[in-house]
Amino acid sequence: MTAKYALRFASLGYLALLLVAPLGFIFWRTFEHGVGPVWAAVTTPDALHALKVTLVLTAIAVPNNTIFGVLCALAIVRHRYPGSGIVNAVVDLPLALSPVVVGLALLLLYGRGGWLGGHGIVFALPGMVLATIFVSLPFVVREVVPVLREIGTEQEQAAATLGASALQTFRRVTWPAIRWATAYGVVLTTARALGEFGAVSVVSGRLAGQTESLTLYVQDRYQSFDTGAYAAAVVLALLAMATLLLMTRLRPKEGIQ
Amino acid sequence: MISARGIVKRFGDFIALDDVSVDVPTGSLTALLGPSGSGKSTLLRVIAGLEQPDAGEVSLDGEDVTRRPPQSRGVGFVFQHYAAFKHLTVWDNVAFGLTIRRRPRREIEQRVSELLDLVQLTGLAKRYPAQLSGGQRQRMGLARALAVDPTVLLLDEPFGALDARVRKELRLWLRRLHDETHTTTVIVTHDQEEAMDVADRVVVMNGGRVEQTAPPRELYDHPANEFVMSFVGPVNRLGDTFIRPHDVELLLEPNGSTQETMVQRLVHLGFEVRVELVRDDGETLSAQLTREQVEALELQSGQIVYVRPTRQTVFSD
Repeated sequence: MTAKYALRFASLGYLALLLVAPLGFIFWRTFEHGVGPVWAAVTTPDALHALKVTLVLTAIAVPNNTIFGVLCALAIVRHRYPGSGIVNAVVDLPLALSPVVVGLALLLLYGRGGWLGGHGIVFALPGMVLATIFVSLPFVVREVVPVLREIGTEQEQAAATLGASALQTFRRVTWPAIRWATAYGVVLTTARALGEFGAVSVVSGRLAGQTESLTLYVQDRYQSFDTGAYAAAVVLALLAMATLLLMTRLRPKEGIQ
Repeated sequence: MISARGIVKRFGDFIALDDVSVDVPTGSLTALLGPSGSGKSTLLRVIAGLEQPDAGEVSLDGEDVTRRPPQSRGVGFVFQHYAAFKHLTVWDNVAFGLTIRRRPRREIEQRVSELLDLVQLTGLAKRYPAQLSGGQRQRMGLARALAVDPTVLLLDEPFGALDARVRKELRLWLRRLHDETHTTTVIVTHDQEEAMDVADRVVVMNGGRVEQTAPPRELYDHPANEFVMSFVGPVNRLGDTFIRPHDVELLLEPNGSTQETMVQRLVHLGFEVRVELVRDDGETLSAQLTREQVEALELQSGQIVYVRPTRQTVFSD
């Protein structure tokens, strides 16, 4: 019994100290003087624009990485070809690389004097989109690949002998098996896209009211000793929590299957 | 008729099928029998179009289908591990092929309920595969394959994952089903008893080649070679001579052509008794007797008896 309580105490204490306390503190500091000043802080033109930028980045990056992620997972698991091992390793690159390096790499490629430079990509929204896509790419692939491996190919072969085309097999057999893994990947991708700072920071040029995402705005305000930083941070935190909550609501009850 | 001609299939360095030719007459129930790695499953998958052969051709009813995908071959395939669609109910599993073909709803309903009746799963139509036993899942797999009226039915070790009792039940049931429908059927198995029990014709395979094709009785009585002889039933080997245990006669007195052996062990298998014998040069053999015979001879372990084969086989090569 003591061991059970000790385990519970240790795990909950760890979570409280490292996750809940800092987050709670931010909420407390934000709402210290009531809701009025917070509302005022998050509805300034710059804050609203930053929120819009963040939502646009996420809205472009997530669908792209979802579709590409599922295709990529299928390519890795279902097709053997020379170099498929390399594809599998390259997908993990964004997890291993520091986002600052990603930002610099994009800057070198698309910036002035770069191979593909001079098309208004760097220091503008397209560059920020590219950076966001880059850093949030692996999540759907990483969630879907193990599920595809586990279900194997027999159900797909059975569908083929029953007359289903490749597309019908995907829609009726493969997709139902991987949809929850995909949904979980989408949540992780969304969270990453909302919270990305480093890579976007390098390629954005950080022009307030133009190329400032919400994370950049938070840092900008904080460095100007503006309490608006807390309000914006709370908005970010709420967005992330809403995503996670949506996920738990969507997840089916385990049991069937 | 299914006709496979000169099929070669390699997996890397491994030759799974080495110039195999097999004919399956229309309306027959043919078994592909062999040990694991003999190429029997690969041959079945080549016929279904799930594997592409490196050489050779497959024709169904005279039509070359070698380059056709499995979707358009009109075959029903039953997998060893069921390959049930886990997210679909029993009903939807069976209806799958018909739904894909966009058959009218009334036709689908009628056909599926007919098939569920046939495989005795009517009460379980709303269950999911995970809620079924192995035997029920495999009957569902069969109904699913039959739903699209396949010209040939291919079964890949269909009862391999089931326990012995269910296995016997299902193969009896498969035989009866075949007698009713006469669908050309090929069943892959490594179990010689299953092959002999269920099939009209048995193709014995070994090391990617066909050793012999014959009806079960002929296979047992006139095996083409040592491999077939020892694969289709228990066998004693004395030098170049092969003797089935039930072709060994035991005598209490020597008689010219007999050999002296000692009873090592008596194994009672219900009606039959297996007598394990050892010769003075250390060679062992076994004899299969009825209980009455053993009682009449009053056999006991340690006893000396004289052995005479009533029937033996020598292969010339």
